[in-house]
Amino acid sequence: MKIELNNISKTFGKVCANQNINLLVPSGTIQGVLGENGAGKSTLMKILSGFISYDTGQLLVDDQPILIQSPADAVTAGIGMLHQDPLDVPQLSVLDNFIMQQNGKFIPNRKKAKKELIHLTEKFNFQINPDAQMESLTVGQRQQLEILRLISLGVKILILDEPTTGISLNQKQQLFAALKTLSQEGHTIFFVSHKLEEVAALCDQVVVLRKGQVVAQLKPPYDINNFVKHMFGTIIELPKQKKYATPDNCLKADRVGIETHRLNIKNVDLDLKQGEVIGLAGMAGSGQEVFMQACAGLAKAVAGTLELDGVDLTKKSYRTYKESGVAYVPASRLEDAMFSGMTLKEHFILANQNKHGIISSEKAHQQTQNGIQKYNVKGTPEDTVDSLSGGNQQRALLAMLAEQLNVIILDNPTRGLDVESSIWIWKQLKERCKKDNTSILFYSADLDEVLEYSDRVMVFYNGEATQPVDKNNINVETLGNMIGGAIHAYS
Amino acid sequence: MTFETIIIGLGSVLSIASPIVIAAIGETYTERAGIINLSANGTILLTAMSGFVFAVKTESVLVGMLGGALLGGFVALIIAFSSIYLKRSQVAVGFVLTLLTADLAYFLGSPFMGISGPRIYSTPIPLLSDIPVIGTLFFNHNIMVYVSFLIIIFSQFYFYKTGPGLILRGIGDNPQAAFVRGANVNRLRYIYTFIGGAMIGLAGPMYSLGLKAGWKGTISGLDGIGWIALAITIFGGWDPLKVAFGAYFFALLQWLGIFLQPYLPNIPSQVLQVAPFPLMILTLLFVKIGDAQWVEDILVKLPEKPRQRIRKLINSLQNAAPSALGSIFERK
Amino acid sequence: MPTVDPKSKPNITHLGFRFLGVIIALGFTMLLLILTDAPPLEAFRQIFLGAFGKWKRFADVLVAFVPLLLATAGLLFTYTTGLWNIGIEGQIAFGAIFTTGALRIMQDTTLPIPFILTLAIVAGALGGMLWALLAGVLRVFGGVNEIFGGLGLNFVATSVVIWLIFGPWKRPGVASMSGTDTFDKSLWLPMISGTRLSLVALIIGIVAIFLTWFLIKKVYFGIKLKAVGHNPKAADLSGVSSVKYMLLAFIFCGIFAGLAGALQVTAVYHRLIPSISSGYGYTGMMVAMLVNFQPLLVTPIALFFAILNIGSIQLPIVLKLDSNLSGVLQGALVLFVLLAEGVREKIAGRNN
Repeated sequence: MKIELNNISKTFGKVCANQNINLLVPSGTIQGVLGENGAGKSTLMKILSGFISYDTGQLLVDDQPILIQSPADAVTAGIGMLHQDPLDVPQLSVLDNFIMQQNGKFIPNRKKAKKELIHLTEKFNFQINPDAQMESLTVGQRQQLEILRLISLGVKILILDEPTTGISLNQKQQLFAALKTLSQEGHTIFFVSHKLEEVAALCDQVVVLRKGQVVAQLKPPYDINNFVKHMFGTIIELPKQKKYATPDNCLKADRVGIETHRLNIKNVDLDLKQGEVIGLAGMAGSGQEVFMQACAGLAKAVAGTLELDGVDLTKKSYRTYKESGVAYVPASRLEDAMFSGMTLKEHFILANQNKHGIISSEKAHQQTQNGIQKYNVKGTPEDTVDSLSGGNQQRALLAMLAEQLNVIILDNPTRGLDVESSIWIWKQLKERCKKDNTSILFYSADLDEVLEYSDRVMVFYNGEATQPVDKNNINVETLGNMIGGAIHAYS
Repeated sequence: MTFETIIIGLGSVLSIASPIVIAAIGETYTERAGIINLSANGTILLTAMSGFVFAVKTESVLVGMLGGALLGGFVALIIAFSSIYLKRSQVAVGFVLTLLTADLAYFLGSPFMGISGPRIYSTPIPLLSDIPVIGTLFFNHNIMVYVSFLIIIFSQFYFYKTGPGLILRGIGDNPQAAFVRGANVNRLRYIYTFIGGAMIGLAGPMYSLGLKAGWKGTISGLDGIGWIALAITIFGGWDPLKVAFGAYFFALLQWLGIFLQPYLPNIPSQVLQVAPFPLMILTLLFVKIGDAQWVEDILVKLPEKPRQRIRKLINSLQNAAPSALGSIFERK
Repeated sequence: MPTVDPKSKPNITHLGFRFLGVIIALGFTMLLLILTDAPPLEAFRQIFLGAFGKWKRFADVLVAFVPLLLATAGLLFTYTTGLWNIGIEGQIAFGAIFTTGALRIMQDTTLPIPFILTLAIVAGALGGMLWALLAGVLRVFGGVNEIFGGLGLNFVATSVVIWLIFGPWKRPGVASMSGTDTFDKSLWLPMISGTRLSLVALIIGIVAIFLTWFLIKKVYFGIKLKAVGHNPKAADLSGVSSVKYMLLAFIFCGIFAGLAGALQVTAVYHRLIPSISSGYGYTGMMVAMLVNFQPLLVTPIALFFAILNIGSIQLPIVLKLDSNLSGVLQGALVLFVLLAEGVREKIAGRNN
């Protein structure tokens, strides 16, 4: 199906998210969509998939104007969207997720649906068991299921939002092959990504958005530097990362085992040096998240030992870890680390080391002011944290961390942040490595981030981990392979 | 104590439990859709009183039943509206409503206290009720008990075999996923809150027109039933069949309390009468204890074999609530 | 969990919408009265007379005011911590049980009376605290939601009271629903002459509210409770143990509830009666919802609710109306104020 966007505009309050977007995507095209966070690409994709409505302009599918008011309308019109975190119901079975649809038959024909699902799975060379519980699937498999579901509903225009984050190299290759097959069959595909190499390799044409406007429409052959120039206006140089690791041991894990109700983590070793940054890679749920929690005292190891500066901390309480200078910053900032509805000032009061007696309101105010200024948080002490942007929340969290920590453990430290915020956050973190010899252990679903900021890298797969590997001995492809199961490639 | 009396007793357990079965399955529909209707206790009192009054005024038990159901549905809609549209806490509104409806029942019902009125009688099903044992157990009841059986069977089928049932489970667990599949989440929440509320509302007249005929104000003995129904919804893991078994289990305990009274003269009757409540706490304890940190702390200290066995046991007991229960749905 | 947006500072529009809620609640109640063929204005006049007609009656209002103050003060601790301590009724009852027990033990001794009374009241606070702690332990260590745990414990507490009245603490002769034997007058808290009001009880109630205000608004303890109430997970992460502070909230609430029960025995009934908590716990929950986490607002609203409770007592005699009218009006007030608040936020949200 051909799709044509004529002068599409959308404003939120005073912010112009999309301004006069014009785009023609012929049938069977893989259309790349580039732009930094906040450039307006997700607004545009949400408009196409019916999540939000545009203010002015026109949408034409096969030269017919269409009106879309909900995602269901969009699917009826042949447009479906695959979200970065696929919208499915983890508590149900794979088949249930496949057949779940409003206005379907009162009693769905499960046998027929199962046949169809198996047929589609085989056609695209995917690996999904229709009878499995959704919870047991990896993000990559959930994406595969969602694509098949949309195809079976007759979707001809498929929108994919950052589909390659958190999936293995193998799954990525399967995905790209499937997209190529689909485009040859006449499906039109929107591929939204910030991974420029992938866009260059896959897409038939590319549109770049900046500040809500189309700034470039490109055709192969592509020049990646050219992408960057269009996306940011100027070329952003990632600051060269220095290594501050010392030979002194900091956090040491020896054959650590942890049990969760989904996964058993076995025999993980770690020797984090003072001032070192170790990045963890793995598909979501491979064990790296829980391992980090164990390193912070938040999850209990059933086997092995954990030491900090030579002191045995195995099975000690979170409090002990905290007092020993270990800090943990979770991935969901507002859900797990902050108090929605409470003010920044109250957060700073709570972040005080000594929390007894009468609160001095003025002192707290001053302290908050200082923290906000030093960490460049856009907000006042009386603002509630939920009114801040993700980047400001993360800055505020860093501002509240204690001084002179031994280890900072971070789960997806820059998730949802734009490039500049990410660079800023990492600058602060590395500063601590340099100044206080603080060590950092972090996990990111973004393999580029792992490679960029780590000194050494560990890969998790299905509860097992590699030894830490020097990041110079590894590249994104190897890493993509390793998170997909080939973790012994380097050990 | 003959076999006969035990069978008759067990038959009466199915009957005593029927209002709780219907109310608790009603709450299951509502909570599966993501709304907590905490008003059940007061609602049952209010609909018991008003269902009785409707029946007295119209001399029709049918009007009494339907009136109770509609009223229960209406009270539930207040919670849905204040949550979905006004973004109020479902717990706060539900709690206020449970107190308000109870006071309304006592206030408005006081002129009708103790008067006699119509009631439903048992209608044995011909032929089937003559089957030994089974007939006495299942086919010798009033019509609402048969309705409760049908509701169990239908709900189980609806939840797990039908398309709308799948959507219902979807809107409670991940409303966004149901939304992209075409579900009008908030409209469905209104509908299921009304249906669930109506089923809770039906429980009231089932008492005042059947099991405990008449309206006796604060000594009607109905205070607490609604809370038990709510607890059974949790205990039954939001699954119609398990919820029904939970209701039968509690009714069995109640019946045992009365049945065993003459044999246990040393235990005061008050103790046996409140027995369901500590048992309710205990059962909730069983299904929820796996979440507790200290359990985990102890488990990690155990050797591998017993640890994994206990973990398995705890996991098998655990019931997870619908993930989106009590939260507000907005298009993202 | 917060019922109303806690960060919003009261201003004219806020008050306006609350007032609107009050008006609608009054209208709703009037409508009910009209439907039941009762004269609505006369009913309100009788409630007013019932509360203010005589000095003795107003003294009765203050008698009802004290347990309501104490219950609400306690509930503010649990509310702030995000807990619905519905079990407060049972906690009041256990306070009364412990006080009665302590008095029964000490009444035949030669200990000085003030000492006995103080000890009995402390025992009551302890009783309430233990019963609250049970609900708290079930919640934090057993995962039993405090609504269901507390509710079950309420029924158990009531049955314990009845069992005591009909069993071990039976009146000489015949046991009855009118309660245990009345204590000797020397063991009554002194009352202002001509009334049933004890000044000591009133002072305890008012001190409790100020103490609550201080603890919740002025010291780290309060903000830690608030943190746990807003996000227990994040509280744990920041080093504020959610388990510890939830238990502490239950403990404080239980102490105040127990005090309420203790004063019901020592200052009001002078014995243990089956309905010793008299629904003050539930009414306290409604007051706590109305005051929107502001301890100092408790005093006027609790006083108003006490006026309704006492004023409606004579309704059945004068107008043949059930006295639960006061409960209807209280419930309607809370419901419509909650809803009006929702409407206000809805409109404010639209204007932004």
